Amino acid sequence: MANTAEFRTCPDTGLLFHKPAETLMKLNAVAGIVFLLIGGVLGLLMGLTRWPTVHLLQADSFYMLLTAHGLSVLIFWIIFFEIAVLYFTSSTLLRSRLATPRWAWLGFALMVIGSIMTMVSIFQGRSSVMMTSYVPMAAEPHFYLGLILFAVGALIGCFVFLGTLVIARAERTYGEGSIPLVTFGALTACIIAIFTIASGAIILIPTFLWKIGYINHIDPLMYRILWWGMGHSSQQINVSAHIAVWYAVMGVVFGARPLSEKVSRSAFLLYILFLQLASAHHLLVDPGIGTEWKIFNTSYAMYLAVLASMIHGLTVPGAMEAAQRKRGFNKGLFEWLRKAPWGNPSFAGVFLSILIFGFLGGISGVVMGTEQINLIIHNTLYVPGHFHATVVGGTTLAFMALTYWLVPVLFRRDLILPSLAKFQPYLFGIGMAGFCLFMMGAGTLGVPRRHWDISFSGAIFGHQFPETAYLLLGLTGISVILAVIGGGLFILQIVGSVFFGRRRGETKGPVPLIAEPVAPGLHGIGMGGISVPGTLVLALVFLTSFILYYFVNWKYLSQVWGLG
Amino acid sequence: MALTPPAERLWWKEPIEAVELFWVAIALVWAIVMFIMMPYWHVYGKQNLSSEAYRTTPEMYTQKVQAMVDQYTIRTETARNMPVVRPPAGADIYMLGRLWEWYPALELEKDQTYRLHLSSVDWQHGFSLQPENINVQVIPGYEMVMKITPNKSGEFSVICNEYCGIGHHQMIGKIYVK
Repeated sequence: MANTAEFRTCPDTGLLFHKPAETLMKLNAVAGIVFLLIGGVLGLLMGLTRWPTVHLLQADSFYMLLTAHGLSVLIFWIIFFEIAVLYFTSSTLLRSRLATPRWAWLGFALMVIGSIMTMVSIFQGRSSVMMTSYVPMAAEPHFYLGLILFAVGALIGCFVFLGTLVIARAERTYGEGSIPLVTFGALTACIIAIFTIASGAIILIPTFLWKIGYINHIDPLMYRILWWGMGHSSQQINVSAHIAVWYAVMGVVFGARPLSEKVSRSAFLLYILFLQLASAHHLLVDPGIGTEWKIFNTSYAMYLAVLASMIHGLTVPGAMEAAQRKRGFNKGLFEWLRKAPWGNPSFAGVFLSILIFGFLGGISGVVMGTEQINLIIHNTLYVPGHFHATVVGGTTLAFMALTYWLVPVLFRRDLILPSLAKFQPYLFGIGMAGFCLFMMGAGTLGVPRRHWDISFSGAIFGHQFPETAYLLLGLTGISVILAVIGGGLFILQIVGSVFFGRRRGETKGPVPLIAEPVAPGLHGIGMGGISVPGTLVLALVFLTSFILYYFVNWKYLSQVWGLG
Repeated sequence: MALTPPAERLWWKEPIEAVELFWVAIALVWAIVMFIMMPYWHVYGKQNLSSEAYRTTPEMYTQKVQAMVDQYTIRTETARNMPVVRPPAGADIYMLGRLWEWYPALELEKDQTYRLHLSSVDWQHGFSLQPENINVQVIPGYEMVMKITPNKSGEFSVICNEYCGIGHHQMIGKIYVK
């Protein structure tokens, strides 16, 4: 055991914080939020440019800032925050010292240097290559170098996490049993992260060498296959991490226990085995890749990773329902849900995250990842519509929800604007949900992504998109404004609270920050022998929407030109 | 709870709740249905992407495209004199993506099948046929061949939906179906 002076017990939650780990969690979370702020502002500019009546930016700034937007939020914000989550779920939840804090510092430093280097290269204006930087289009060398340094830093963070698990095990800091489910979810994210970073290194290092003249050719198809091993898999880190956060927040708010440890852990295991195959989604309409390869991989080996997500979609709200019913809200199908703390931003954020991730992000992801249906969706606005639902509506909203809880627990400060926190998740969630739906609608009408001017003014031929597409882009713009106001209020709240919130000191506050765990077992709750009937009904509504929407898209496909 | 180690140390021996088993079972059935739909459509559906593709070079591909243009051009359009090519039904037809145009324009017959070749001679492009909304990735060095059967007549635009630099949003071509 390390020196006890290096530890602090949170008086409100009883959690044990290792001080070096605590500092690193704070720094990683803050760095993440800085990139969220940058990415959010850029997102607003994107939305206002693609809104045809506003059309704010010039073409060159649009493409430059779109590159910056993608990297700052999709990579930098999320991975910084995930490193904080990894340290929290290992050091704090396992009550252990953090392995090699100096290496963790080195990792953080590399991530900061790398992210700044890449952002600088973009703002210098000669690296407007989009986040994907498809060869043979080339960025400046420090664009790639920054990403490589960032990835090495994140990799160090992953190994510090794994090292901490080993130490905690060896020193018996959490007893003799298994690691908590939330830590198990974080471990899943970490394993996927290592795969992701390895794929990134395998392609970005040669691309960097190509750019500085040591390699004379990078095959563009090989680039796409390997790059998406990073590009899509990095989003699978998010899925695993934010589902771990869902379970965590249900525990914090309701004292909820997983319905079954076995089922929830098996679902995470399916992620480790199959989730990364989804990088095939991006290659479904590429030449030179066989049909069987596409079908097997895009289905994540017969949809076993989708099965895992559907399991979490039942077990997370199911755990909440069981806890609520045990607390006495056992009447009817939905009393547990009506009596939920809708004004608690941690709960509201996670609940909206589940809905948006499942209904909008999940269903659309599977539909467009169907080998043939991808033909009518690839590279249209539908694609960013889908992934904003997963990454912003799902991951970012879940991380926001967790952050509301971390402010008093980790930073020991009160929120400065608690009444604002009551509605912020709704503003952000509804804005994002609308944004995603309208973009998917525009994509269904053929509107391309990453495109400055769909009116084609000055081009040799004309093309007229339907009026509905213009309407949908306008609605997208309005939704962006809503979501950005929601995101801005979040950052104002968090930054304001961290610096100016009332200090909580080392005494216990009047309002509990973590619920007492409910008793194990599911006896005596529910209706008709079903312990969580409300969740089952919601799950069946989800499945019905999924099936209908899936076959509607086959119907669309069957009407286009014959292809073979 | 989920933040602490499992209450039951031997958690893998605990029985699974019926509602979970039921959900896992129907989710698994749905997963298998979705999986089968893809091979099913390859057999019975009329819209499948071919897996026929060849390695090529910008020079080789440009030559083939030019040979078709020289043989079958029926008129030119626009200030840039873009050739409009009308090859016979069933022929091999070519379209080439480059910064920032689709070359040449094609004129096809409804309900006839053609072998459409696609490649790029510089960066990656996205062949996006509108308003049908058929989208295919176009990669330099690879020549994709797909059979297409237009089932409607009219004027179709080919826009680029893979970002290809500052002229990306002006890259547009035409396919006419008579």
